[in-house]
Amino acid sequence: MDARLVPAGDAAWLIELPERLDAAVNARAIDIAARVTRAKIPVVRDVVVGFRSVMVYVDPLGDGAASIDVRLRAMLDEPAAAAAAAGALVDVPVCYEPAFAPDLPDVAMFAGCDAEDVIARHLAVEYRVFVVGFVPGFAYMAPVDPRIAAPRRPSPRLTVPAGSVAIAAGQTGIYPAETPGGWNIIGRSPVKPFAPDRAEPFLFRAGDRVRFHRIPERAYRAATEWGDA
Amino acid sequence: MGRRVSRALVVGRPGMLTTVQDRGRWGYQGLGVPVAGPMDWYSHDLANRLVGNDPDAAALEVTLIGPELIADGSGVLCAVTGAAFDVSVEGRPVPLNCPFEVASGSQVRIGARRAGARATLAARGGFDLPKTFGSRAMHLVSRMGPFDGRALRPGDRLPLIGTGTVTVNPENGHLGTINCDCHRSGLPLDLPDGGARVRIVPAAHRERFTTDAWDTLTSARFTITPQSNRMGYRLSGPPLTHRRGADILSEAMPIGALQVPASGQPILLMADRQTTGGYATLANVITADLPTAGQLAPGDWIEFAACTHAEAIAALRARRRALSGDRS
Repeated sequence: MDARLVPAGDAAWLIELPERLDAAVNARAIDIAARVTRAKIPVVRDVVVGFRSVMVYVDPLGDGAASIDVRLRAMLDEPAAAAAAAGALVDVPVCYEPAFAPDLPDVAMFAGCDAEDVIARHLAVEYRVFVVGFVPGFAYMAPVDPRIAAPRRPSPRLTVPAGSVAIAAGQTGIYPAETPGGWNIIGRSPVKPFAPDRAEPFLFRAGDRVRFHRIPERAYRAATEWGDA
Repeated sequence: MGRRVSRALVVGRPGMLTTVQDRGRWGYQGLGVPVAGPMDWYSHDLANRLVGNDPDAAALEVTLIGPELIADGSGVLCAVTGAAFDVSVEGRPVPLNCPFEVASGSQVRIGARRAGARATLAARGGFDLPKTFGSRAMHLVSRMGPFDGRALRPGDRLPLIGTGTVTVNPENGHLGTINCDCHRSGLPLDLPDGGARVRIVPAAHRERFTTDAWDTLTSARFTITPQSNRMGYRLSGPPLTHRRGADILSEAMPIGALQVPASGQPILLMADRQTTGGYATLANVITADLPTAGQLAPGDWIEFAACTHAEAIAALRARRRALSGDRS
């Protein structure tokens, strides 16, 4: 798989892989990021996986900074891990009741089916977490069934409630905090993707596999971590 | 005569936007945790250096309108760097870029602003506030850091690390004065006057733009719009055109990246930027010139001059030397 190393300013290097939304490309990015992290190179400050890229942040004047590109290029030439390590399987409850799903009718209209069919199609797929970014714990998951893959809303909402499960542009995700957002909201999960005080603060990591299962509103109220029981 | 007491600064008037910043939250961007940190890293380093702190110590970043703070428990050694504000202790002016002592119960006021946008106030020891993911930096949007990542409010107490030993003059009970050779301690940042020219290197996505886009970026003058904050500056100027669309598969975005959405109006990503972005980037402001960018305010102009990677590193070395007072 072609990989290209390019400077991203003077304090980071970007490893670019083929430009497509593809699990194998993303798995290669995760594999490279893991190698760079494992190497514990003192001048490296952070390693961040993108859909088809890895950003390596460096201290530009640190020891070894001048030759970090040589070192990274050598790592790109190493053979990829024979089989990409399978990510953890994360099972996430979602309540699709209308109060939590203001955009379900719009998605149903886009799909030309009824709301129940949208829900069934959202539940039918095992998703891959390609990237965690945007805000702490937000997981960009794909692929969404093309039938229900509605585009972003024409104008973003100023506030999307935390826990909202949404789809846009072929991806799905759960808002970890109340933020502005332009995705179509079709449900709410009682589980926090990011809980700083939890033993494991982050629910998702890049490479994880995710399944949603449907819960009724009373199960949501019984399980919610959002304090909205 | 020395005595050991716990020290703190207590916020009186908080100013427009006063936050706690250290060098930022590194190592967790892969989980979506933003870095935050100072908008002007140079002045942050310098302020810490002036009061004898580690460069990563937490200090206050003051924005446009300064706060009033009261020393509690004992005298506190402070220094203010960055934007040129009129700083006074109990009404008596104190110099910028030079340490000064604030006696217990005295008020330090960061008053009228003469130039620049953001000042750093460091206090000896650094603020003893809890770390989140290894850092005391406040990130406003994700509400991370001390005080749940919100801007400081009246009454907030900022304890300092260590019990300071202060020297009291036995004749009058006043605190001893500090001998300062500030020139040895580092040169202050040259502040922009209504705007600044900063250096850039091409970004990874440069090929996604027309040649015209690069020429425009490096010749036109852009204005920092009111829709600008610690996350980024939205600039207005002649549009920068893409060759094949503005959207990219989301990837990590460094500080200083010039992101260009479909509108063609660039956004300069600053300290509180999100970890990832979905728009192509045309250029990156070099690390050496980020402090200058951090001193710009809405309404100021900004221009971009191309430089090479090697020139960017050389400029950063010169900045580091300036921190130790070397003018070469």
